[in-house]
Amino acid sequence: MAKYKNHILVCGGTGCRASQGEEIVQNLGKVIEENSLENEVQVVRTGCFGFCEKGPVVKMVPDNTFYVQVTPEDATEIVSEHLVKGRKVERLLYTDPETQERVSESKDMGFYKKQIRIALRNCGFINPENIDEYIARDGYAALGKVLTELTPEEAIKVIIDSGLRGRGGGGFPTGLKWDITRKVEAEQKYVVCNADEGDPGAFMDRSILEGDPHAVLEAMAINGYCTGATKGLIYIRAEYPLAISRLKIAINQAREYGLLGEDIFGTGFSFDVELRYGAGAFVCGEETSLIHSMEGLRGEPTVKPPFPSESGYKGMPTNVNNVETYANIPVIILEGAEWFSSIGTEKSKGTKVFALAGKVNNVGLIEVPMGTTLREVIFDIGGGIKDGKKFKAVQTGGPSGGCLTEKHLDIPIDYDNLLACGSMMGSGGMIVMDEDDCMVSVAKFYLDFTVEESCGKCAPCRIGNKRLYEMLDKLTEGKGTEEDLTLLRNLSNVIKDTSLCGLGQTSPNPVLSTMENFADEYEAHVRDGKCPAGQCKSLMQYVIEAEKCIGCTLCSRVCPVDAITGDKKEPHLISQETCIKCGACYEKCKFGAISIQ
Amino acid sequence: MSKVKSLADLRKMRDELQTKVSLREKSDHPDKLVQVKVSMATCGIASGAKEVMNHMIEEMDRQAIDAIVTQTGCMGYCYAEPTIEVTLPNSAPVVFGHVDNKKANEIIEKYIIRGELVDGIIPVNYETVKENKNE
Ligand SMILES: Cc1cc2nc3c(=O)[nH]c(=O)nc-3n(C[C@H](O)[C@H](O)[C@H](O)COP(=O)(O)O)c2cc1C
Ligand code: SF4
Ligand code: SF4
Ligand code: FES
Ligand code: FES
Repeated sequence: MAKYKNHILVCGGTGCRASQGEEIVQNLGKVIEENSLENEVQVVRTGCFGFCEKGPVVKMVPDNTFYVQVTPEDATEIVSEHLVKGRKVERLLYTDPETQERVSESKDMGFYKKQIRIALRNCGFINPENIDEYIARDGYAALGKVLTELTPEEAIKVIIDSGLRGRGGGGFPTGLKWDITRKVEAEQKYVVCNADEGDPGAFMDRSILEGDPHAVLEAMAINGYCTGATKGLIYIRAEYPLAISRLKIAINQAREYGLLGEDIFGTGFSFDVELRYGAGAFVCGEETSLIHSMEGLRGEPTVKPPFPSESGYKGMPTNVNNVETYANIPVIILEGAEWFSSIGTEKSKGTKVFALAGKVNNVGLIEVPMGTTLREVIFDIGGGIKDGKKFKAVQTGGPSGGCLTEKHLDIPIDYDNLLACGSMMGSGGMIVMDEDDCMVSVAKFYLDFTVEESCGKCAPCRIGNKRLYEMLDKLTEGKGTEEDLTLLRNLSNVIKDTSLCGLGQTSPNPVLSTMENFADEYEAHVRDGKCPAGQCKSLMQYVIEAEKCIGCTLCSRVCPVDAITGDKKEPHLISQETCIKCGACYEKCKFGAISIQ
Repeated sequence: MSKVKSLADLRKMRDELQTKVSLREKSDHPDKLVQVKVSMATCGIASGAKEVMNHMIEEMDRQAIDAIVTQTGCMGYCYAEPTIEVTLPNSAPVVFGHVDNKKANEIIEKYIIRGELVDGIIPVNYETVKENKNE
């Protein structure tokens, strides 16, 4: 085997591949051969580094130089400068948005400083299509240990003691769930991995499956041994083609090595995994709907209990866990419960992966210890608000969560604290908003999503959310009344209390939390007919100030709907009936005569 | 590919495969390891820096010394090429000049393993080197 002196890790995640990541790999290979370095330098396709916005990302090992926004054409320079002459390619280094300095090593980037990678430990580190690299990183050793050294009860005890809770949203203690499934007697039991990931903007699970598929397979097999199941099913949305193809490769390799299949590690334990595809409906992420969908029925939820652990797929005990939950399992088995529970807060142990998005400088995938504050995430890791604007709110928990504000910035993030503030952990979406975002519109955005995604089985969710949406729409049109505000709150509470499944039970949260934290803003829409953020088009007017207007006619010429009238060298006038609020005249006027009111 | 029939099989396989990723693992925590930087600008390459670099990698590998060897640009001591900079954990970097394979062995034996000083150290004040660069 060739002994490589340099590894070039090229991100092969969905984000970076979309911007020619694959061509970079090809070109690097070519140039390396031209320089006869093929026995010294290895090019490796890895999973996501989390820094997708600045992708494609290329990391040089062993000096850890981190190149961003690399193009296929840069391959020549990377090889001739970095590898041959030992000089960093300055222009490809990341520039710190605050100091404007170039940062060469990933460990010096604010984005990575406060992160601890457990679930993402192999993402951006190994080639996910090569089982050998996973094994070199202690892969399948946890499965081996559990099968040969621990009884199911002992292994479950490790998971219980670690304090791991479900990362799919609910936060149910994982070990406890396994124990419940184990105790139910049945001929056949199932282990299911929930890879539906329906939150808008979330891509934590996708990245784990793309970057470290074997970790999930290994954890499912461990779960099978602990609960007494021999069949594993991964429910994954069909829109994740790369994750699906990496999973297929991983399953085949694991079977070839005898790490899935019959008589694993010669212990007599058998376990195999199959894929099931979802069509990408949010409600199918709810575990009972997910199971119905796998059975070929409509993806609609049913009342719990019975919980899937008692009666799930084909009426058999079924242990459902989320992708990220599984990704934590092998490390916990190897490092021990004590190690894991030393990270995090009292009731939330370990780390959480978040998809950081919105108006922050560094958007991407991050993993932080539980108990990290929102301020650290947004300002240290996220690098602060874009364009020097002011922070306004952060939305966590997706369509089931809520908006937190300035006053919540120093609260340590964990399941219980987020719930207490009227939001929730959810699966890990985190969207940052600045002064230009209108909170009524944000609530409306999520309700629009919920209305689309409600399965329609129960009335409160099907009809109630539609009414909520209509009321919010009325507010953004400036036609809302005080009565609407009361109604909005009451209806929200009714929907929460009476809906059948988690979708309806949580869908009013974005409304309630914005009403609670931004009461002034709702009031302004109703009482003054104003949108303080200047987002609601119906509530703003473009007006020309006669004193400042010199009559240059520029605005009337750019107006797409001929809303501006006036003679040359005379003050102009905007007809509010005709104006579509495109803002074109506002941008064009050189004299600042047009204002937004 | 052979099947993994037991935990012992897996462990053996892991040990054999470890080298595939050990370079990446080491680079994640360089402060705890011996770091060697070989100056590989035009003058360095011309005077045999590449051979020295290969030699050091192989030698330290053979003696199982956990080290990261990287190349760097011109360090400004063209008169003394090949030059290498060695940083032991928790110590200041030391630069050696005129390093050939024999010298490299001596540096490994004496400085890297035992922490003794070796002839050929180029006295540098790191602050000034950095400042000069910025001018
Ligand atoms: C509307 C709705 C959508 C959900 N979507 C997901 C999802 O996309 N992924 C997921 O893992 N869990 C999702 N859940 C949670 C699952 O029902 C279930 O609690 C979870 O998969 C259990 O795994 P965990 O304990 O490891 O979190 C959703 C729940 C609801 C109510
Ligand atoms: S709450 Fe909504 S999504 Fe859930 S069952 Fe009722 S209608 Fe369907
Ligand atoms: S460009 Fe501005 S100042 Fe000139 S006529 Fe139009 S609105 Fe008035
Ligand atoms: S996909 Fe490349 S960094 Fe995320
Ligand atoms: S001001 Fe109405 S379209 Fe420009």
